[in-house]
Amino acid sequence: MLRIDALQAIYYRLENCVVVTIMGAVAAELQSIGHRPNFFYLQHAMGLASSMGLGIALTRPELQVVVLDGDGSVLMNLGGLTTLARYKPRNLLHVIFDNESLLSVGGFPTATSTGSDLAGIAREAGVPRTSVAHTLEDFSAAFDEALAAQTLTTIVAKVEASGPKAFVTDLPLLENRFQFQRHLRTLGKQE
Amino acid sequence: MPVSATNSQVVYDALKANEIQVISALPETWLVHLMRLAEDDPAVHLVRLAKEEEGVGISAGAYLAGAKSAMLMQNHGFLQSVNGIVSLAHLYRIPLLMLISYRGEFGERDPWQTEGGGYTEAVLQALRIPFRRLDEPAQVAQRVRQAQTLAYSSLRPVALLLCRDLMWEE
Repeated sequence: MLRIDALQAIYYRLENCVVVTIMGAVAAELQSIGHRPNFFYLQHAMGLASSMGLGIALTRPELQVVVLDGDGSVLMNLGGLTTLARYKPRNLLHVIFDNESLLSVGGFPTATSTGSDLAGIAREAGVPRTSVAHTLEDFSAAFDEALAAQTLTTIVAKVEASGPKAFVTDLPLLENRFQFQRHLRTLGKQE
Repeated sequence: MPVSATNSQVVYDALKANEIQVISALPETWLVHLMRLAEDDPAVHLVRLAKEEEGVGISAGAYLAGAKSAMLMQNHGFLQSVNGIVSLAHLYRIPLLMLISYRGEFGERDPWQTEGGGYTEAVLQALRIPFRRLDEPAQVAQRVRQAQTLAYSSLRPVALLLCRDLMWEE
């Protein structure tokens, strides 16, 4: 499975979600499909995308939050999985694109390439729903089921270690941050 | 345990006066009363962390979502959070209200706490984070309010140092 195909498959469902992504290929590919004001790209601070998602999910329970994470980032904050599991926000869906590699810095293999199982780690941390998807069909179905379940879910999507040619996009970081904040405020007013 | 319950309440009241809705924390001796107050407060989300840097992410998410937050940590937890502060809070201009227990100053008896005290202010200065000490209960309400005001006007982290004379009674 290619990550960009997986993103394409869930893209229309993200319209009504609040999305936090990690840096690198995930951010660049999602932007190449089409930026929206409800997307925030955490272009550094590896490991903290899920913590940001938790901060949003706890304070805005009316919003569905989707975190698009990666194996390299999650491995930097495994404790964060235990914090997610401790509070179990029903409105948080945690997707981990696992390409077993630190792709954007030269493709060095991560520990998932030698057997570390992030879905297993999430499950044993206490995340109530976990799954692994190897195909586009499985991923798309798991994503829909997680949204319908309204239960904290981690989906590990096994993807190929390939990505875009460039990671810098024409969306400045601060423009994204202020637009995202304003957009979340607007969502509140519509309630 | 001679942690000041009275002054912990003064600090907690100051946070409440500033409409803090989310408090992230990792247990440390001087913070026990503050954490219990947060735990017993139905109007506050207390998020117990595995490691302090997570708190930067939680506060950033809460802030962008429209909620005010505070971070309770030991100075070693602050040292642990430096990358999150630089590559999330500074990079994206996120205000953080950090309350840092200042271990390792004069009077410290725990040998393992003595090293971090010597780096705390130098690292805050290197990160260009404005900070004030909280030594006396009479300072607390105003300095917490001023810290929160500056964080929100500058869109940057600020720190208050919870010092021995405020937090410890013996």
